[in-house]
Amino acid sequence: MQTTLLIEQILNGVQFGVMLFLMAAGLTLIFGVMGVINLAHGSLYMLGAFACAAVATATGSFWLGLMASLAAAAAAGAIVELLVIRRLYDRDHLDQVLATFALILIFSEGTRWLFGSFPLYLNIPPVLSGAVDLPAGARYQLYRLAIILVGIAVAIGLYLLISKTRLGMRIRAGQSDREMIAALGVDIRTLYTVVFALGAALAGLAGAMVGALQSVQVGMGEPVLILAFVVIVIGGIGSIKGALVGAALVGLVDTLGRFLLPQFFALFLGPSQGTTVGAALASMLIYIVMALILAVRPRGLFAAST
Amino acid sequence: MKKTLVAGLFGLAVSVSGVAFAEPVKVGMITTLSGGGAGLGIDVRDGFLLAIKQSGNKDIEVVVEDDAMKPELAVQIADKMIQSDKVDILTGIIWSNLAMAVVPNAVAQGKFYLSPNAGPSALAGAKCDENYFNVAWQNDNLHEGMGNYANTAGYKNSFILAPNYPAGTDALTGYKRFYKGELAGEIYTKLAQTDYAAEIAQIRASGADSVYIFLPGGMGIAFMKQYAQSGVGIPVLGPGFSFDQDVLGAIGDAAIGVKNTSQWSKDLDNPTNKTFVETFQAEYGRLPSLYASQGYDTASLILSAAAKASVKDADAFRAALKAADFKSVRGDFKFGNNHHPIQDIYVREVVKEGDVLTNKIIGVSLEDHQDAYASECKM
Repeated sequence: MQTTLLIEQILNGVQFGVMLFLMAAGLTLIFGVMGVINLAHGSLYMLGAFACAAVATATGSFWLGLMASLAAAAAAGAIVELLVIRRLYDRDHLDQVLATFALILIFSEGTRWLFGSFPLYLNIPPVLSGAVDLPAGARYQLYRLAIILVGIAVAIGLYLLISKTRLGMRIRAGQSDREMIAALGVDIRTLYTVVFALGAALAGLAGAMVGALQSVQVGMGEPVLILAFVVIVIGGIGSIKGALVGAALVGLVDTLGRFLLPQFFALFLGPSQGTTVGAALASMLIYIVMALILAVRPRGLFAAST
Repeated sequence: MKKTLVAGLFGLAVSVSGVAFAEPVKVGMITTLSGGGAGLGIDVRDGFLLAIKQSGNKDIEVVVEDDAMKPELAVQIADKMIQSDKVDILTGIIWSNLAMAVVPNAVAQGKFYLSPNAGPSALAGAKCDENYFNVAWQNDNLHEGMGNYANTAGYKNSFILAPNYPAGTDALTGYKRFYKGELAGEIYTKLAQTDYAAEIAQIRASGADSVYIFLPGGMGIAFMKQYAQSGVGIPVLGPGFSFDQDVLGAIGDAAIGVKNTSQWSKDLDNPTNKTFVETFQAEYGRLPSLYASQGYDTASLILSAAAKASVKDADAFRAALKAADFKSVRGDFKFGNNHHPIQDIYVREVVKEGDVLTNKIIGVSLEDHQDAYASECKM
């Protein structure tokens, strides 16, 4: 019984990590290429979830909702880049943080204005509901397995995009030297808009997929945003590979910590106190891991540029 | 000339309505109208304003401000309302941590505070105050009701789960105070956690016969959806907060059949409640939640006291509040020595009426229930 529980928890950790990767990949891409700290990334996640819920409710199809979430988040990302972020590239990080924080407030109140203050309904498509049997007698929810697969597909897709295509080449060039590629005649402004929309679409996708599991409500993006920042700091800011490794690490450490630490402390302190101490420590665990990694590698595991 | 005309009209209005209000009353409502917890504050506000509107009483002025669920902001608003708006009564706070930041200070300045939702144990026990009235419940009450119901339903091995913050620990303490069986497990999760896969896996492995959760707002929605998908199937019990009108629509059919406790339900059979539910639906186009019912009762209590005494005469007004001489949507309602309600706690079940998920009462768990802290209050 304990092994099957452990297998299930490891899969939970991987699924959580994959979701964080979708958020962190966009965040780190935007920072790596444009040097912008985008606090409004969590709002794009929320937007994806709301677009999916609204379209799924109106049409009855989760898949149309998923398409809508990608389109809405990408469009919102492009508009935000054109109207706001474009003016911030030459400013320092404090200005960027202030402006994107303002965007969080605008998105939150705008969403409330459109959809009201009560959470929306969004459920898993019937095809993916239920659980599947795994080897060693474990059972796992089909929808969460699907999230893991989508995450792996996105990771492979991003790898191919960045290392094999012309757009990817430009993105890499933009990361290394912005002024030089502009001097070489690459339309850097369009490139920025495309990268921002791509990052936003990934956040929207994460929001829509997770929205079916959780509640679709205003303010759902900010807790995830904090974790996504932890991921990119651990992985090295600007590195997609770092985001992947960091997300898997945070997902696994957090899930297994929540599961194992209370049991571990219960051995010494008895069930009641052990659970309390374990739960308290588990909620700090990823930050402790982040501090330890930064102590050894101050620029994160895979720092993009030295 | 204009003044006398206004006074004349005013006198006419009073004589027509036939109710002599001694003095206008100014009420300051601090509640959560933005952010993730806004649904609760909006329901309290709408219920409150509905009662005032129905009374036709023009002498009650209400100022509403949004605390955004932030204690420091709530304190600022309270200071402003007391000092520049010169309110007589404060009300509206949803969250216990905000209430703890605002209430002791406000009552120390001689203002009345009527709580439409939060009921932290400190304010019910040693720190109770003559100017503090709780119209909703003490925090532990609904959990105690469910602990008691678990015994009668024959559950002997509960798995209990709540977020790791004061109201979460109060909740599980309240459940354990009445529940007599064994515990299959006890988990405190992070506040605002939205993924419960790890906890659900442990519930599956624990061999429990029932699961008790206190997860308000979005946390409860997330848990219930994931729990239904996981196919664990152990019956879920909870306080009314996790299964009321504000969240049921978002949980969907996964909530059907869940037993929960509340001091109020939309199908409570009394004329005041029938009017309340009908007019709320007509006015706002949705069914009221328990939060809306608490806002409505708070306003009704203020109206009843204002009809009896002037708010400027603090002793008389306090006695009028204490008498609780109003028609509550809950039916019977009275205050205990610590100014917290003594009331019935009902067991409800989530059902589907047409397309709408809602609750229906299936029994009474605790009759004339008083909180456990009343004896510590020296009043």
